[in-house]
Order: sequence, then C-alpha cells, then structure tokens
Amino acid sequence: MPDGVDTTNGTPGVPGGTATPPAAAPRGVARLRGWGGVAAMAVACALTASLALFALPRAGEPAGPAGPGPGVGRGLQIRAESAETCENPEASLTPSTADGPAVARIKNRGKLIVGVDQSSYNWGFRTPPTVVRQQDGSVKEVPGELRGFDIDLAKAIAKSLLGSEDAVIFRTIPTNQRITALESGKVDLVVRTMTINCKRIQQVAFSTAYFQAGQQVLAPKSSTVTGYDSSLSGKRVCTAEGSTAYEALEAKSFGAVYKDVGDGTKDDPDLLTVPNQLDCLARLQMGEVDAVLTDNALAAGQAAQDPAVELKGKPFTTEYYGVAAKLGEDDLVRRVNQVLVEYRQGPWQRAYQKWLAADLPGIPGPPAPLYK
Amino acid sequence: MTYPPNAPAASAAQGTTAAPARPVPAVPAQATRAGHSPAAAPPPASPGAWAEGRELLRRAATTEPGRLRILGAVLALLVVAFGAVTAYEVADRAAYADDVAGRSQPLSADAADIYRSLADADATAASGFLAGPQESEQVRKRYADDIATASRLLVKAAASTDAGGDSAREIAVLNEHLPRYTGLIERARAANRQGLPLGGAYLRYANLTMSRQLLPAAERLYAEETERLHRDDDEARAWPVLSLALGLLALAVLVGVQRRTYLRTNRVFNRGLLAASASCLVALLWLLAGHGLARAGLNDAREHGQKSLQVLNEARISSLKARANENLAVVARGAVLTEDGKNDKYEADYGAGVDALDGALDTAEGLADDAEGRGPLAEAAARTGEWRERHAKARELDDAGDFTRAMEKIIGSKGSTGESFDQVDAALGRALAHEQAEFTRAAEGGRDALTGLPLGAAVLGVFAAGCAVTGVNRRLSEYR
Repeated sequence: MPDGVDTTNGTPGVPGGTATPPAAAPRGVARLRGWGGVAAMAVACALTASLALFALPRAGEPAGPAGPGPGVGRGLQIRAESAETCENPEASLTPSTADGPAVARIKNRGKLIVGVDQSSYNWGFRTPPTVVRQQDGSVKEVPGELRGFDIDLAKAIAKSLLGSEDAVIFRTIPTNQRITALESGKVDLVVRTMTINCKRIQQVAFSTAYFQAGQQVLAPKSSTVTGYDSSLSGKRVCTAEGSTAYEALEAKSFGAVYKDVGDGTKDDPDLLTVPNQLDCLARLQMGEVDAVLTDNALAAGQAAQDPAVELKGKPFTTEYYGVAAKLGEDDLVRRVNQVLVEYRQGPWQRAYQKWLAADLPGIPGPPAPLYK
Repeated sequence: MTYPPNAPAASAAQGTTAAPARPVPAVPAQATRAGHSPAAAPPPASPGAWAEGRELLRRAATTEPGRLRILGAVLALLVVAFGAVTAYEVADRAAYADDVAGRSQPLSADAADIYRSLADADATAASGFLAGPQESEQVRKRYADDIATASRLLVKAAASTDAGGDSAREIAVLNEHLPRYTGLIERARAANRQGLPLGGAYLRYANLTMSRQLLPAAERLYAEETERLHRDDDEARAWPVLSLALGLLALAVLVGVQRRTYLRTNRVFNRGLLAASASCLVALLWLLAGHGLARAGLNDAREHGQKSLQVLNEARISSLKARANENLAVVARGAVLTEDGKNDKYEADYGAGVDALDGALDTAEGLADDAEGRGPLAEAAARTGEWRERHAKARELDDAGDFTRAMEKIIGSKGSTGESFDQVDAALGRALAHEQAEFTRAAEGGRDALTGLPLGAAVLGVFAAGCAVTGVNRRLSEYR
C-alpha cells in the first residue's frame, strides 16, 4: 500500500490523458483515455489516497508504538527528503583571484590536471591519429588529440592559472569516476558535461554554470516526430540506461515505445535502452529506433556526426553544466569562477560558434552566473 | 534373440531327418508362437501344427540319434549366431570408432575453429580500430581471414548436419548474424576514419552482436558437435555384450556336448567338436582383445586428447575475449559501466577473461601427459603473467593521461599487451596441435584394433558351425 501512496502523489505531476498510467494504478484507468483520462486520474487519486489513509495506520499499528498520525507524518517527511529539493544548486562561490592551498598546489606543480571525456563529440573527443612523412622519408605517427568545448574551457583555465594553455594534463575519466577522481586527487578539476544537481553538490564543489542544457528529442530530419510531444506516439525512442531522459519517459511517454524486453537483466538486448547515449545514434542509423531522447548538448554532438538528423522541438528540462572541484577547495572554485567571468565575455561565444552553433543554434550566450 | 530355442531346433532337426511325408516346416512352427499368446484367437490349423511339431520333437528326443541331431542343430545355430552377432556388433563399433576419428572429432574441431575465428575477428577488429587509419595490412588481413575461415567452416558444418537439428539451428543463427556483424564493423571503420566517436559506438554494437549472438551460438554449436563426438565415442566403446554372452554360451554348450559324449562313449576327443571349440575360443579372445584395445585407444583419445582439446579451446577463447575487451576498454573509456555502475564493463570483462584463461591453463596443465604438451602450456602461462603486468602498466599510463604511451603499450609491436596476447595465442595453438595429434593417433589406433574382426568372426563362426556338424555327424554315423 505505501507504493500506492507514492504513485498517487506522482500522478498529478503528469498531466494529460494520453500518459501511460503508472503500473500500480487501478486497472480501470488504463481503459479510460482521452476526455475521461483526467477525470479518471482524479478519481484514482482520490481513491488511492483514501485507501492509503485507511491502510497506512493499519499497517503501522502492528509495527509498535507509532500511531496512525505519526505514521502518515513520517511518510511525508521521508518523501520530502528523497526529493532532495534544494534551491538553486547552481549557485556558487563569488569569484576571486586570491591563492589558496589548492591553487598553490597547482602552481607548484606547474600543470593543471583536468578530467575530461574523450567520446562526446564537440565537447571532449579525441581526433584520430595521423601519419606524417618526415623529410628523411620515415613515417611518424602523430597521436590524436583531445578537442571540444570542454577542452577549450579547460585550456582557458590553465592559461589563466599557469600562463599557458598547454600547461594542462588531460585525463580521460569514465562517467562513474568523475567524483572519485576528484576525491582521490587524481585530477584537480572535472570539465566533462557534468550536470550540477542537489545530490552532487553534497559530494563536489561546482563552479558557476557555464552551459545551460535540457532534455530534447533527436530524430531524422525527415521524421514526423516534432519534439517531446504526442508525435512520439508509437515511435521507438532510444535512451541511455538510468538516464534523466529515461526517467522522463517513465513519467510521461506520449505512447512511445522505450523499454527493452528484459531491461535490467542479463538478456537486456540493449536496443532501446543502451549503455551510452551515443549508442542511440548507431541504433537510429540502423533504423532500429525512430528517435533519441537525451541531453541537447550531447544530442548536438550526435547531430554533428550525422547530417541527416536534427534536434526536434524545444528542451523540456533545465540543467546546468559546471566545472567540478574537490569539496572544500574553495580557493580553486573561486578562481575558476573568476576565469568564467572573463570567459563569458567573448571566448565562450567563440567556442560556441566553433563547436556547437551548427547543431545547437539559437543560444544567445552563457547562462548568467548565480552566487551564494 | 527372438528365436525360441525349440522352434529352429525343431526345423533344423526336421531338416536333417526330413521325410517328405511329414509336412512340419519351420513356418507353421513360428506362426504358432503368435497363436500362443492368450489374447490372440488361434488360427484353426495352428494347434494341430504346434502339437504335431512338439510331438515330433518329443519323439525325436526319445532316441539317441534324435537327441544328437537336436544337439548338433543347436550347436551349429549357436556358433553361427555367435559369429554373425559378433560381426554385426563389431562392425557397428568399428563404424562409430571410424566416425570418432574421421568425422565427429573433425566436426567438433571445426566448430571450435568457428568459435575461435569469430572471437579472433572481434579482438582483431578492436585492435585495428584503435590503430585507426594506421591499421596495418597484417591486422586487416587477419580480420578478413578470420571471417573467411568462419564462413567456410560454417558451410562445411552445414553440409554434415541434419536439417532441423540443434546444430542446424545454431548454424542458421551464425549465418544470419555474421553479415550483420561485419556490416557493423565496416560502419565503425568508416566513422573512425572520419574521426567520429560514433565509430566507437558501432564497434561496441558489433562487439555486443558478437558476444550476445554469435559467440553463444558458436559455443552451442561446439557443445553440440562435441556431444555428438561423445555419443559416437560411447557407442564405439560399448561392450559387445550379446556377442560375448553368445560366445560363452556356445563354448559352454560345446564343452557340455563333449562331456556328454565322453560320459556316454568314453571317447575323449571328437575332432569336429574340438575344432569348433577352438575356433569359438579364438573368436572370443579376438573379440575381447580387439575390443579391449579399441576401448583403450578411445579412452586414451578421450582422456588425453579430447579433454585437453576442450580445455585448451576454452583457454584460447578466454584469451581472445580478454583481448577484445582490453581493446574495447580503451575505445569506450568508461562509457559503459558494469551493472552496479562501479566499474568499467570492458575492464571488468578483461579481468574475467584473463582469470578464465589462467584457470583453463591450470586445468590443461593437469591434463597434459607429456613434456611436449606441457611446454607450450608453461609458455602460455608465463606470457599470460606478462600480459597482466603490461596491461596494468598500460592502465597506469592511461590513467596518468599519457594516452600515447598507453596505446603503444596496448597495440604497439614490442613490449605491448598485443605482443603478449599473440604469444599466448601462438603457444595455445601449438598445444592444441599437439593434443589434436595425440587424439587422432589414439583414436585411429583404437579404430584399427577392430580391423578384420567382423570378417574374422563371421568366418570363424561358419567354420566352427561346420566343424560342430561334422563332429556330431561322426557320432551319428555310428548308429547306421
């Protein structure tokens, strides 16, 4: 029954009659769609809520001293905690050029170590190695180098801190190790399309936002899909496993097909839900899915690799990317924020034009910084 | 044996004493057996014929010549049956032994080769991908050869498989997914040439197809073919129980008849019966020795050849999977995580592959029975250790941000994990060739032990029957 409570509380957040009813909702709701949907939802909410009111105290009674009243109260409290609502997680420390222990450490080393990505096109990616024929006729292999919007920002920070944009060591780090790499001191900063959110600000210190992203639909230019709306009905939509996009579809799918048979098991075919967002583009090109739902910054990277696809509609969430430092290294965060103040006046726009404007047009400028 | 002992005896006895006035042929006697069952309504003539036959036999048994005729007929029949059944059973086993050495084992080895070629193609494709546009001619050729080998062997396997069987189903799965796999690899190459990270996504998709569809199907095909090999092997090794029982029975009856003759006539030797006993004994001993040797050969082939081959194939596949995952770990670089989200999937799979390789090498070491077999295994184990060290070094370099040297450590020509992998693969190839030779030698030895036995048993049986009849006739002639 506590499941019923959660479901009902979640349902009002999903408007519209076409939404797939949550699994735990009464069966009858599924048959009532269209005009009757909203009313049916309301009835279902009322019904489940009243059921919960009756059931919860009863479930609480045998558990011991907790009476009916405190039982309900406690449940609400937990929900409030799990929602992790913090106001403006993107608010950061005020900029400053003062040296602290972290900045001093980097200056002593003479190199800034930055954790980056190597497979997000136009953000952080590695160019292929090339061969150069030298004058004596021998062939020299030149390894590929890292490039992209994030890489440019990291270089700008290095230049400001150490005087040269080459005074930077890039370490490609996996998604799952962004936080541990900072905590263990393997890297000084992480510039890797990292979203600032309430959970992460407990673990790392973020700079002010340097990019505003949002979930958006990517589909072939010829597709009838127009965005995150009812045009997705009956379409196969690809998302990364456990991503925000997947959660959005779970909350409201517009009738899209987005779940694999055997999801989360060993037999997961990795067709509609894939390990990495870029895998979606491969599925899309193979004609195995109709659309991709992901962060528009990453979707722009996909569009840049395939001239036949484009971003559709408008982003329907707001996410901010920030430069992450180890929690407590305030001097470094303030210093990065100082760099960002200058970076917003020109370099940002140049980097945007160079890497993103073609596939993510219409962004007038960087998000305004928010300070605590 | 479905013949009732008395029915052929009756007909045989009737054959020797045959007077045209007594129409008691063998056919009515057999027909009465059907009529004998309580459920069936007896045909009108049967009770008479049955009773008549019995009466005839009873009357014949009351006189000594009559009894001798019956004994002679029983002896001749037993000895011929022994010869015939032995020839049949041994020919059957020889055919299975021939299948083991010449058909099912090569098919099992082919299936292992399909499996290996596919895994090798995957590992090679990933290496070539890492090298990017600098993919060497050698790497490209190795990949192409692997795909060609797999395709060729699939056709061969299909030709020797019954349509609708389990093997045929696996071959269909392989044929269906192989073109898809190569298509994905070509897409990965094309995107990689243009410097698009999408190439990595295609490479991972190809690897997913390989590890979810192709390799499991190849593994099942290998298991299926190996199962068939074991079935043929079991059939070839099954003791010819019926032949042995008949041989012992024939010998016992021969001895019994001779003892009876001795007790009644005080004559010690009857040459005919003696010769019949001797040829029976020779046939029986030949059967025991021949089959025993064949069994020993096949046992040897199974214990020292097939088991080792299986473990070595496992080791080789594990090393190939580990190599593919090692390459993919660099390509994906943390883009794909394990289920719990804590580790890099490909890095974890690499570790699992190398552990499986070490485990299989240990087992193979225990199964190896000579220095020639152990040599390559020790080499493979040493190179695997080196591989681990180099891998750790490459990881360390990569983590330190030295991508160039890390790549050199993985796909370089000297001191790289690729070199270690090639050495492990070569050593395992040598070990496999050795065990394959051991297997073939032992299995063929086993098969050859049965050569001539079916014909010999048949000839000896007929000869012994002739001797027995001659011997009995000699006694009969004394009554004329």
